[in-house]
Amino acid sequence: MFESLQSKLSEAFKILRGKGKITEKNIQDAVKQVKMSLLEADVNYKVVKELTDRISQRAIGEKVIQNISPDQQFIKIVNDELLKLFGETASLDLHSRPAVILIVGLQGSGKTTSAAKLALWLKKKNGRNPLLVADDVHRPAAIDQLEALGKSVDIPVFYGDRKDPYKIARESLDFAVKKGCDVVIVDTAGRLQIDEEMMKEAEEIAKVVKPDEVLMVLDSMAGQDVVNAAVEFDKRLSVTGFIITKLDGDARGGIALSTKYVTGKPIKFSSTGEKLDQFDLFYPDRIVSRILGMGDIVSLVEKVQQGLDKKKMEEMEKRLKKAQFTFDDFLDQIHQIKKMGSLSSILEMIPGAQNVKDLKIDDEQVKHVEAIINSMTKKERSNPEIINFSRKERIAKGSGRPLSEVNKLMKNYEDMKKMLKKFNKIDKLGKFPFQMK
Amino acid sequence: MIKLGIFDIFKKGLEKTKNGFLGKALSILKGGNLDSEKIEEIRELLLLSDVGISTSDYIIERVKESKEKDAIEALKKVLLELLGPDESITFANEGLTIYTLVGVNGSGKTTTAGKLAFRFKKTGKRVVLGAGDTFRAAAIDQLKEWGKRVGVPVISHQWGADAGAVVYDTVTHAISEGLDVALIDTAGRLHTKDNLMRELEKIHKIIKKLKPDQPQEVLLVLDSTIGQNAIQQAKIFGQSTGVTGIVLTKFDGTAKGGMIFSIKRELNIPVKLIGIGEGLEDLKDFKATEFVDELLE
Repeated sequence: MFESLQSKLSEAFKILRGKGKITEKNIQDAVKQVKMSLLEADVNYKVVKELTDRISQRAIGEKVIQNISPDQQFIKIVNDELLKLFGETASLDLHSRPAVILIVGLQGSGKTTSAAKLALWLKKKNGRNPLLVADDVHRPAAIDQLEALGKSVDIPVFYGDRKDPYKIARESLDFAVKKGCDVVIVDTAGRLQIDEEMMKEAEEIAKVVKPDEVLMVLDSMAGQDVVNAAVEFDKRLSVTGFIITKLDGDARGGIALSTKYVTGKPIKFSSTGEKLDQFDLFYPDRIVSRILGMGDIVSLVEKVQQGLDKKKMEEMEKRLKKAQFTFDDFLDQIHQIKKMGSLSSILEMIPGAQNVKDLKIDDEQVKHVEAIINSMTKKERSNPEIINFSRKERIAKGSGRPLSEVNKLMKNYEDMKKMLKKFNKIDKLGKFPFQMK
Repeated sequence: MIKLGIFDIFKKGLEKTKNGFLGKALSILKGGNLDSEKIEEIRELLLLSDVGISTSDYIIERVKESKEKDAIEALKKVLLELLGPDESITFANEGLTIYTLVGVNGSGKTTTAGKLAFRFKKTGKRVVLGAGDTFRAAAIDQLKEWGKRVGVPVISHQWGADAGAVVYDTVTHAISEGLDVALIDTAGRLHTKDNLMRELEKIHKIIKKLKPDQPQEVLLVLDSTIGQNAIQQAKIFGQSTGVTGIVLTKFDGTAKGGMIFSIKRELNIPVKLIGIGEGLEDLKDFKATEFVDELLE
């Protein structure tokens, strides 16, 4: 039992061993994987190509940290680069009084709902006094929709004559001043970026209201082409940021990445539910792991990066090879593991280990083992041979564990020493030669 | 009736995107033999059209097997084969025909309902619209506006009312008046929301109870600009409502709607209608040859 577990563990950890530097060759598979994953997330094909090429060029030559494969390290690098690309969480720049926010986008992306949600957010989180302006005179009942939404959250809605979008826009500013509103949110009709007439309309509205912010609404389900729309909207209307909607679905939202990459403008808000308060600032880390879809590997690398004291690991390896293994080492190793989070959670993240049966390590048991070792004297830890029956009794009492458990640990320790002698004849040795049961 | 073919409209759109940032790639395909470079061009074209990785791979394998000498001809054949013969919407053998429109938020259900009503009315059918979207603010007003434009009655309740009750009233009204078609709009819902999907199932059960051979068609409305999530949507909506066809909307834009290949291949759901503009007449029968031509344009 012990041997089979041991061999499985070492197999699993072999995958994790460092392999020098990142080269074009040793990350080939990971590059491919990243590309596929990004494409499946609907990141634009050209953006995927350019982005992965750039990142892999930058990654080549980087030293691979111990216990991590080049592939895994590359994925972590991609993750970090994407986070860098998205930048800090960006808010709004509303200096005019009243400040004006223009909401634009394709049909059905969620402009009207987003306008209402943004108004509520500004009211609740920023103590603002917003005015909603229903300036979509094209879609039937779009004005009624905003009116109803405004009413439901007690925010005024202006719609003027319901006919002339420029007049509505112009009058809304005076109305805001009269009503004491300090921010005006103008909802506009959905339009295709190739619809010249409608794009001109949007430009004219922008000229009238002189917006502080022009926010384009993007549906998180968007496919390859929508980034072209974003580019065109930006060109015509100088977009200052994006709102990404319907993130409560299971689309991975690659459009956020494509858009940020191509336009350089930040994603400012995300909308995550049917309720009007399900709306918040955009947090890049969440979308990156959603788009990349490799959160497991990334967090494994992070844990190893944070947790592993490389020097200690090397020392340990030396001692293991000499079979000079004491309870001090045992405790040390447990601490290393604990720094990385629970042992079973670490094992779950290792690609090969998921398929290995019987690989159940009880975190509770690790605690017990730790308690027992902690109840030993220093002398006992470094010379386990001296532990006789009365010492065992004392250790059991001190740790609050039954004597049988202390015996079991001692037995395991003996087994381990024997195993180590055997193992030292084998070159490729795994790093966690412990049986916890 | 057809003023401008989707072909023309699409061309018009493309001309504009050609100057766009990412839009120029698609004209590189000009026939020729199938070498690895050509295959990469095809892959790029497919992926940029939202065909998705696995279906793109499948298509490329089939193109490689093809005996056709010209790469584009080979690709065209494979794409057409994948889509299969054109299928249009059907009618009940006798009595009332009921259609439901389902889909995620913002896909274009209400607009499609209006256009469909117009289409049926034009061919002399007696139509009623059911305002089954009681959730979205003013969705009822929106449908009523369409009803007014088309000249078709709309059965509706209050905002927030039970959608099942609206459906019940719409169908019983259609039966008692001896109407030909009942068109039922439903609220947009993300397929990930179990409670909302159950509500949709309930609506369909109500229809079945009132008229066991109906609904004739459950039409899933998909926005052309959508990406790979479309397949998941078609799958889940299909499971809970038995989708019989797809309405591909907003095809007058520059998106290619390539996800319909995966949906046909994996779920065998055909596209039946295609929306190409905001006018009443801008809903056409789907024609695979035109669609593929535009993809390769």
